[in-house]
Amino acid sequence: MLRYALKRLLGAIPTLLLVIVLAFLMVHAAPGGPFDDQRVLPPETREALEAAYNLDAPLHEQFTNYLSGLLRGDMGPSYRYRDHTVSELIGNAFPVSLKLGAMAMLLAICIGVAAGTVAALRRNTLLDRTVMVFAMTGISIPVFVVAPVLVLLLAVKLQWLPAGWSGNEGLARFTLPVIALALPQIAYIARLTRASMIDVLASDFIRTARAQGLGTSAIVRYHALKPAMLPVLSYMGPAIAAILTGSVVVEEIFGIPGLGQFFVRGALNRDYTLVLGIVIFYATLVVLLNLVVDLLYGVIDPRIRHR
Amino acid sequence: MNRGMKISGGILLGIIAAAFIGPLLSPHDYQQTNFDALLQNPSSSDFHFFGTDDLGRDLFVRSMLGVQITILVAIVASVVSLLIGVAYGATAGYMGGRVDAVMMRFVDTLYALPFIFFVILLMVAFERNFLLIFVAIGAINWLDMARIVRGQTLSLREREFVEAARLTGVSTARIVFRHIAPNLFGVIIVYVTLTIPQAILVESFLSFLGLGIQEPQTSLGALVDAGVNQMEGASWMLLIPATLLAVILLCFNFFGDAMRDAFDARGEK
Repeated sequence: MLRYALKRLLGAIPTLLLVIVLAFLMVHAAPGGPFDDQRVLPPETREALEAAYNLDAPLHEQFTNYLSGLLRGDMGPSYRYRDHTVSELIGNAFPVSLKLGAMAMLLAICIGVAAGTVAALRRNTLLDRTVMVFAMTGISIPVFVVAPVLVLLLAVKLQWLPAGWSGNEGLARFTLPVIALALPQIAYIARLTRASMIDVLASDFIRTARAQGLGTSAIVRYHALKPAMLPVLSYMGPAIAAILTGSVVVEEIFGIPGLGQFFVRGALNRDYTLVLGIVIFYATLVVLLNLVVDLLYGVIDPRIRHR
Repeated sequence: MNRGMKISGGILLGIIAAAFIGPLLSPHDYQQTNFDALLQNPSSSDFHFFGTDDLGRDLFVRSMLGVQITILVAIVASVVSLLIGVAYGATAGYMGGRVDAVMMRFVDTLYALPFIFFVILLMVAFERNFLLIFVAIGAINWLDMARIVRGQTLSLREREFVEAARLTGVSTARIVFRHIAPNLFGVIIVYVTLTIPQAILVESFLSFLGLGIQEPQTSLGALVDAGVNQMEGASWMLLIPATLLAVILLCFNFFGDAMRDAFDARGEK
């Protein structure tokens, strides 16, 4: 197990390097520099600025500088938030996003698995069809449509929940963003669970369990749930990426000061170092979380472990 | 053709037809502002069926333009992803062995990346233009296609007709493009229909964030974004484009799913 983990960890290094090179080159291949769209600067100011940000060095030198900075956790200064480094901005904003994402993921797994299991047990009944139609709708409708419509309904019209972030406390301000973020994932997980649960319930060992006189709930809980979870577990990788993407929108709509909001602001302001830093951070996060999911897979399914 | 396919296909055709014909019949134009008719409710007076926006522009014509652009981006992006995916997947599948292993390992690596962030990076680095949006979206959607095509090619290349072609001295490139590619047609069509809603999603996501289509041009994502800012006083500005986008995506997904069930009995992946 440990060897497997180490092997996978080493395998992640080329991926991360690829990410960094790709992102770095993209930003530096951009026509025009970061100081172009401000008012026209006198040439000497411009040169001083470029020297201060080390933009006058040859590209490979800039890259090795950036890479060695990265290894020390230093992503350089932000172009627009002049008093802060990119690492500082990420460090401040990430905890909020993490809380939001973790809550959404937890909600999605609980409700998605429950709904999928119920639909599989009541296969081809009205209940099953209803759940599946909802799931299809949930998959199709993007977060940036769900979120504002929820705000319009539950916050503006019915006034049950607060719409904004500032001026509210605790769980209340998390409720709507978390629901909006979780809905598409609930739908996806419900579909996956239903399909794999139907497969598992049709297998021989379930028939044996039933022949021994076990009740449905015991069969699901002790025998069917674990193998039925495998496809859901392998969906966790894409789900993490989807929640990160969704959080960009949700944070923008609800005015949550998380990483996603900084990312969009940075993108609109052409704050190159900030955007570059956040892309690298996100990619690293996704790669590492995928690794965790793979390892968990080995824990749940012993057949994988020995390959 | 089952019932779900007919219904979703019919709704899609209806929306697309309305999107291309509707603006021709309306007396309004998508960028004509009218400061005497700001934020009007949807009504038949003066042909503002969907109301007007905060600059007095007719929302019906703008929504229809949004649908046009959304569909256009989706189709072009799907073609781009189709070309890359089929070429890549067919090559990997036909070559087999080590080449295949390396090529598919690369696809697996790319799968793990949050691509949308790279697209945003691309949008930040370069001037936003139409072509770039198309290419960027196509470039992130080819992975599924490559996997599917590769799997199919792997089984096709063992078939007698390919062997016969090889024996008679047909070149590798010709075998891939003339003998294998046409046999992939069915699978490709199914997966293109499933790629279209993904492409629509990415485009509207970018436009929603203000990184896609630029004013006065518009797309459904940009209209939803404008609607969010006006939602307290003028909820139709949010609800109309949001509903259109949701219905289009839902229909494409239903249609694609039904097609997969009909033509491709192997189910997901």
